[in-house]
Amino acid sequence: MKARVTVTLKTGVLDPQGKAIEGALRSLGVDGVDSVRQGKVFDIELAGKDRAAAEATLQAACEKLLANTVIENYRVEIVG
Amino acid sequence: MKSAVIVFPGSNRDGDIIRAIRAGTGHEPASVWHADHELPAGTDLVVLPGGFSYGDYLRCGAIAGRANIMDAVRAHAARGGLVLGVCNGFQILVESGLLPGVLMRNSQLKFVCKMQHLRVERADTPFTNRYTTGQVIEVAIAHGEGNYIADDETAHQLEAEGRVAFRYCDADGQIGSRTNPNGSFNDIGGIYSSGFNVLGMMPHPENLIDPLVGGTDGLPLFQSLVADWKPLAA
Repeated sequence: MKARVTVTLKTGVLDPQGKAIEGALRSLGVDGVDSVRQGKVFDIELAGKDRAAAEATLQAACEKLLANTVIENYRVEIVG
Repeated sequence: MKSAVIVFPGSNRDGDIIRAIRAGTGHEPASVWHADHELPAGTDLVVLPGGFSYGDYLRCGAIAGRANIMDAVRAHAARGGLVLGVCNGFQILVESGLLPGVLMRNSQLKFVCKMQHLRVERADTPFTNRYTTGQVIEVAIAHGEGNYIADDETAHQLEAEGRVAFRYCDADGQIGSRTNPNGSFNDIGGIYSSGFNVLGMMPHPENLIDPLVGGTDGLPLFQSLVADWKPLAA
């Protein structure tokens, strides 16, 4: 089973890297970009076929390590 | 006084810390590998040194904060044992939950490596009793992720409880954005736990213990540790 975990900064947390990318896009002439927030994507392969168990495993992975829940949100998707 | 310096893959300031402990306390510290599960019997002080544990992968200090030895460090702190985290060690302390808040990328997005003035906010703790309150010291900083932030409630609590250890300042002790090297909230350079037995700080006092390398303003921190040290109750 394959899954994708997306970790993003919570609203209101300053993201200097996102701001720098936003500025770089503007200086490259890419118009129409209002704002950029940088995050992380983890593609994870899981043993077994039980979807609920996989979601529980990924939830634990996020809470224990993948996300710092003080500043980050996470989203878990089973992709196939 | 027994000290244990935890060594993670990628730690690189452990040698400096060991020298500083030796110079400040007169005692020889033990080096403890991160994969161990226990601290040496009778450990009074645990130090998490600076460096780039696990290459700063995922988030600075995130993987080290979950190493085997950290359960023992948490238990040590819970019974009142002293814990000092410097630079990456501070990042490990916030990632492991021993101190609140987070250390974000420096606001100007650059690694800063320079001398920096700090104001000692209080001199009645196990780490600062050889300084005076309001004293301005000059030590080295070298970090890319030292921008301390906390949610409003935590920030209010830290200030209300007097848990800010050091603030970035100028040579006269004035704080303000001009002297803040990384965008840290309220110019915070270091914070204490609620019991004042855990200190996390971005600056490197261990590098300023010898006149040969530019000053000795860091030495009193290590002398403080032994000055009013009492063995922990078993």
